[in-house]
Amino acid sequence: MSKTSCFHCGLPVPAGSRHSVLINGTERPMCCPGCEAVAGAIVAGGLDNFYRYRDTCSERPEPAASASNAANWAAYDLPEVQKQFVREHEGGLKIAGLLVGGISCAACVWLIEKHLGRLPGVEKVSVNASSQRAQICFDPQAIQPRQLFAELAHIGYRPAPATAAESERLIRDEQRSALRRLGVAGLGTMQVMMFAIALYFGASSGIDPQLEHYLRWVSLLVATPVVLYAARPFFSAALRSLRGGQLSMDMPVSLAIGLAYAASFYATVFNTGDVYFESISMFTFFLLLGRTVEMRARHRAGLARGGLAQLLPLTATRLTGSGEESVPVAALAPGDRLLLRPGDTIPADGEVCEGESGVDESLLSGESALQQKTAGDRVFAGSVNGDSPLRIKVLAAGESTRLSAIEKLVERAQLEKPLQVALADRVAGVFVGLVLLAALGAFSFWWQVEPDRAFWVALSVLVVTCPCALSLATPAALAAATLRLQQLGLLVAGGHVLETLPRLTRVVFDKTGTLTRGEPRILRIEILREGWTPQRVKDCAAALESESNHPLARAFRAWTGKLSATGLRVHTGRGLEGVIEDVRYRLGRADFALSQPLQAPAGEGQWLLLSGEGEAIAWIALGDRLRPTAKAAVVQLAGAGLAVELLSGDQSAEVARLAARAGIDEYRSGASPEAKLARLRELQQRGERVLMVGDGLNDVPVLSGADVSVSMMSAADLAQSRADAILLRGDLAVLPRAVVLALKCRRIVRQNLAWALGYNALALPLAVCGLVPPWAAAIGMSVSSLVVVLNAMRLSRGEGQPADTPYPNPSPASGGGEFH
Amino acid sequence: MDSLYILIPIAIIFIGTAVKLFFWAVNSGQYDDLETEGRRILFDDDPPDDERVEE
Repeated sequence: MSKTSCFHCGLPVPAGSRHSVLINGTERPMCCPGCEAVAGAIVAGGLDNFYRYRDTCSERPEPAASASNAANWAAYDLPEVQKQFVREHEGGLKIAGLLVGGISCAACVWLIEKHLGRLPGVEKVSVNASSQRAQICFDPQAIQPRQLFAELAHIGYRPAPATAAESERLIRDEQRSALRRLGVAGLGTMQVMMFAIALYFGASSGIDPQLEHYLRWVSLLVATPVVLYAARPFFSAALRSLRGGQLSMDMPVSLAIGLAYAASFYATVFNTGDVYFESISMFTFFLLLGRTVEMRARHRAGLARGGLAQLLPLTATRLTGSGEESVPVAALAPGDRLLLRPGDTIPADGEVCEGESGVDESLLSGESALQQKTAGDRVFAGSVNGDSPLRIKVLAAGESTRLSAIEKLVERAQLEKPLQVALADRVAGVFVGLVLLAALGAFSFWWQVEPDRAFWVALSVLVVTCPCALSLATPAALAAATLRLQQLGLLVAGGHVLETLPRLTRVVFDKTGTLTRGEPRILRIEILREGWTPQRVKDCAAALESESNHPLARAFRAWTGKLSATGLRVHTGRGLEGVIEDVRYRLGRADFALSQPLQAPAGEGQWLLLSGEGEAIAWIALGDRLRPTAKAAVVQLAGAGLAVELLSGDQSAEVARLAARAGIDEYRSGASPEAKLARLRELQQRGERVLMVGDGLNDVPVLSGADVSVSMMSAADLAQSRADAILLRGDLAVLPRAVVLALKCRRIVRQNLAWALGYNALALPLAVCGLVPPWAAAIGMSVSSLVVVLNAMRLSRGEGQPADTPYPNPSPASGGGEFH
Repeated sequence: MDSLYILIPIAIIFIGTAVKLFFWAVNSGQYDDLETEGRRILFDDDPPDDERVEE
């Protein structure tokens, strides 16, 4: 392999590949025809500057030839389908909401907006890079949605209709309201602090009572929206947890805010006692800040991309008495007859009536080999038809498919997930009780000594012990650690991840796409005939495979274009043949390529034979490679005292080979989603805490049931949305680092909690004795919070360098397997 | 100190305006994508042909 990397996607360019594009006056190497086509389209549109603006490499596109053909997207023009993602706009215009896969940085936004904005009929394009959504306002008279899809595919993105508009709107609204509350709390705090400082100086050096009264009224005015608007989420959360019969951290928070505000209100109106408006506002602001950071991270990861529905096509080709018709998948009913072309995703469970083809069921079972289907066999929704057309009869559609059964399994797994009670929440229960007791004690004591002061002392107990530091202790550390992990390449979505990581006992990996790249590569070529070079073998095989949909065809993609083959024919399950330069070649299983049997050489991978006019030319070994960091990650995890296990749905001997390669002793192959979940339950019942790393749909139930789950960035969308964390750059070495960071995070959370409790233990007696004036309470609260926050900030430094050369994700794919 | 009786209400009116502006900005989606908008200004809108001549 040469060291040059593809200018478009950054993946290495295989030796002998001859794809390149002239960009900004320089000839740039490309790794495959897909990248070449996309880069060519970008340059042809005069948008070369995209390559200067971007700061991360683009995603490797699927072969663009078929995707950018508008006819393939025709289904999106059907009114029933449009209804799901297009809405009416004023003046006869329409707005399409699209989900655009492959947006990696701001330059992508620029490219998409420029490229689409130039099409006739497109009025306005706005793209959001963080949610990967595009809103396109278009004139239905001049342009159809299918052209929008085709153009996006043309420049290398993966468009899909954004059908889950409802949940997206909820997320957006939640984010906006959090920002509004934060803004109100921030502005309010600044103002109230200003008045409070005047009041502090007034208290120490004398102040006109009328002015003091005035300043208090002004403070009340400004603090009121902070409490009633910005702090409302705390109150409602506290109420919810109270109804649920448990004490969460929101309880003392709401108590402190609510009581301090009520008392300060009373003190202001009747001009007596002390006011705590500045403490309340600052407290609200700090807490909101912590929660907003946490929420943004969660939403970014969990933009659940429409779930299962998006795995199915929107339309299917139904066979009627008179011919074919395109119908929405939602309208399918048992008994319908469908035509499946090669490459189609199967929309419903059914039975094959006619035809013979290999079907890729890796999404459902994890089995990487194509399953041969002939008349009478069952096929399942969500799997992909491989190489030949099939006619099927629908047996189950929608809710009753096997795909839906997996989703139900997921829901059950989530319900049974071991419950994590946050440490802070456990402390909170005890803490609330103690503080309330102390306040009550102080009140009854002072009631007997000095009834006038009793209420104010009790209140200062509540405010001084105000659980600010305590309730910030965990979120601040978690937020800092979450940001740090994101820099390292692990996007954390689940709140409990960092708490659970240090307690793990076992790491379970999936095989295809997780430990491996999920893409077949040429491992070795053995020449059998004089005069042939490996390069010529590759060119020849690439020409034969150039029109194939088979997963293994990807291995040859880099070399297409040198030779061209005619008369290509696919022999399902066996191989393919074609004519190059008047010679008939065959590529596939040995018994297909040759009439007499020939023993394949020993060695890893799957061996294909290339023959010309019935004579053997070369053996080609194909296989899936381990990710470069897989072995190191396994060694480090084992070094940290964790058991490592491989759990694969794949049946082949590859599992054992890869396990040995990666240094994993314990492995299981041929595990169905149910079996994987059962294995997980068994481990958990033994008291193990399991980290599951997976990427396929068949892993989703296990991911949902594991104590912590990590999915790859290239994983099925559903797997991503159900996982607790996402590996952004596919670098497995981040996992051991994450464990180390989580340990450090736990240490810091404990330090923080100890400090907060220690501070309260000191302040409480002083407050009970009535020795804490409001200004001291405010200072004590701010300082204790600052200490906690600064301590947490230590997490965002050190512990491994951030990977500054972002590595693009390999496209998801199935691995090796039976040939055609 | 009497000036405070006028200055503070004015300040509060300013804050009210600021909050209102902020709400408007948030509601009109200006904070929805924090990454792209900050960098958009760096992208030239010049016709790319001129660009190539410059280089």
